Amino acid sequence: MSNRIINILVPVISVILGLIVGAIVMVVSGYDPIEGYAALWNGIFGDVYTIGETIRQITPYILAGLAVAFAFRTGLFNIGVEGQLIVGWFAAAYVGITFEELPKYIHLPLAILAAAAAGALWGFIPGLLKARFKVHEVIVTIMMNYIALHTSNALVRAVSDGGDNTGAIHPTASLRSEFLENMTDFSRLHYGILIALAMVLVMWLILEKTTRGFELKAVGLNQHASEYAGMNVNKNIILAMSISGAFAGLAGAMEALGTFEFASVKGGFTGIGFDGIAVALLGANTPLGVIFGAALFGSLKYGATNMPNAAGIPEEIVSIIIAIIIFFVASGYIIRLFIERLSKKKEAK
Amino acid sequence: MNFLEILYFLVPVAIAYAAPLILTAIGGVFSERSGVVNIGLEGLMVVGAFIGVLFNLTFADTFGAATPWMALLAAMVVAALFSLLHAVASVTFRADQVVSGVAINLLAVALCLFLVKMIYGKGQTDFVQERFLRDGIPFLEKIPFFGPMFFQNVYWTSVLAIGIAILAWVILYYTPFGLRLRAVGEHPMAADTMGINVSRMRYFAVMISGGLAGIGGAIYSQSISQDFGHATINGQGFMALAAMIFGKWHPLGAMGAALFFGIAQALSIVGGSLPGIEKVPSVFLLILPYVLTILALAGFIGKANAPKASGVPYIKGKR
Repeated sequence: MSNRIINILVPVISVILGLIVGAIVMVVSGYDPIEGYAALWNGIFGDVYTIGETIRQITPYILAGLAVAFAFRTGLFNIGVEGQLIVGWFAAAYVGITFEELPKYIHLPLAILAAAAAGALWGFIPGLLKARFKVHEVIVTIMMNYIALHTSNALVRAVSDGGDNTGAIHPTASLRSEFLENMTDFSRLHYGILIALAMVLVMWLILEKTTRGFELKAVGLNQHASEYAGMNVNKNIILAMSISGAFAGLAGAMEALGTFEFASVKGGFTGIGFDGIAVALLGANTPLGVIFGAALFGSLKYGATNMPNAAGIPEEIVSIIIAIIIFFVASGYIIRLFIERLSKKKEAK
Repeated sequence: MNFLEILYFLVPVAIAYAAPLILTAIGGVFSERSGVVNIGLEGLMVVGAFIGVLFNLTFADTFGAATPWMALLAAMVVAALFSLLHAVASVTFRADQVVSGVAINLLAVALCLFLVKMIYGKGQTDFVQERFLRDGIPFLEKIPFFGPMFFQNVYWTSVLAIGIAILAWVILYYTPFGLRLRAVGEHPMAADTMGINVSRMRYFAVMISGGLAGIGGAIYSQSISQDFGHATINGQGFMALAAMIFGKWHPLGAMGAALFFGIAQALSIVGGSLPGIEKVPSVFLLILPYVLTILALAGFIGKANAPKASGVPYIKGKR
């Protein structure tokens, strides 16, 4: 079997195994898996409203997945997408509430750019530390997540005079779309999905069509070889983390300008950043793959909210399934081995 | 309030908050010293915290005042078994250890909340009835100056944590088992050549880390939070990871770092009532441990070297 087919088979098998384990968990805990999965299906595709909400949920997942995938391609593991998303969220909301009477064609891009810049800054710091001091980016980005959480909470309180909500952004900064709302029975679907898809294209263009993208990938594949070839490895590391952070910041902008239209004090992480890791892994770190990964995990996450009402099953079952899928994708070695053995047997016959 | 009174007020809180961190950080030391990166400490603490509360609520009538201690044992066993998932993925299946750790964290929170909702029908458990209580340590509490600071109003679990830290140091540096464990993390091929079973050592180490993180989580949930919900363990595992690095992968260093983070946490909680600190916005105290870790890593406390083979799956016969 060709390598290409195996590369596609591994995530597909992982997803199937994840769903099977999920069913087993439901059976063991005394729930009906068929009823559960039916509720999940209806939660995703039930009517136009749920479809609209599902696409809305997919939007930040695409951007978070792109962020993780982009860093991965340069050989970096960005666990800090969560933190970069949170600072992006606050930055976008801040621009959204602060400037008044700006025309929409200035205000909205400004808010989006602010989010990207904030995320990029949050990615730049671990990138710089990695390049300059050889500090492992995983640890720094984890720490940056908590710094982002506490800082953004403090900033929200400062902006709202001690409250826990910034208040609604001005309509001129909103991504809200009457057209999409009317089409989907007044779901919160917004124009962000177009930005997310555009960013998929941007990532593909950077990686495949520019010299810089070639260098970034080269550094990811072999740092030493790239160095001998005359590339500036440190600069590429910093750049990759900043771009990755910018994607994550945009994911925050989707929540700030589209879904919620405000920023609030958070008791914990949103989880989108961590799920972004799953999205990128499932999509094999390619732009197109990320769309599929985001579509799957975004739908699962949104569909899950229907499970407690429709089937009486706690929605956490879907998070369990997602975690199991990550396990299997990460353990791709064993699945590959299994597929290879299987195909060898067939050839022997 | 004079300076001494502040210390008497602050230090016991700091030590109480440090105990779960110490145990979990020591667990991290075992795992990473054997060459397995364990980002999943957070998740393992979550499992420990949940099992601790579950056991406590279920068996409080049976065991009475001994319940929290029995719950620690239960949490240790279950978390050690749970950590087997990480061991299987990262040792046998050669998975990316960081990704597997992330999966452990996601799975732990999801599974525990799922069980809470299934068993109790709501998002969080009731408060535990039998919890760890502060106590004075006989004789030692009478020592002038140090007595009131360190030995009055302490949890016995803090004593346990410090005892385990010292025990871990002895095991890692003065027993054949410890030498083998470190060898496997530094140069697995050499260790393999000398007849050490690399995979088995790594399985042991990961399970020890799971067990200790489980105890840490159960201490947290039975003395500090006293119930279990989605935000019970919120970053303590990652802070323990930071303490491990801050302590340069050494049990006593990790303990020292955890105590320091305990002070930082205590300051952020009781700082508002302390003169001098009350004016510092609490956000700075909240982010202090994380900022310090980043600064420490950037080389301000000297270079910290991770075990050489940390994060690399060992494949027999591969150079």
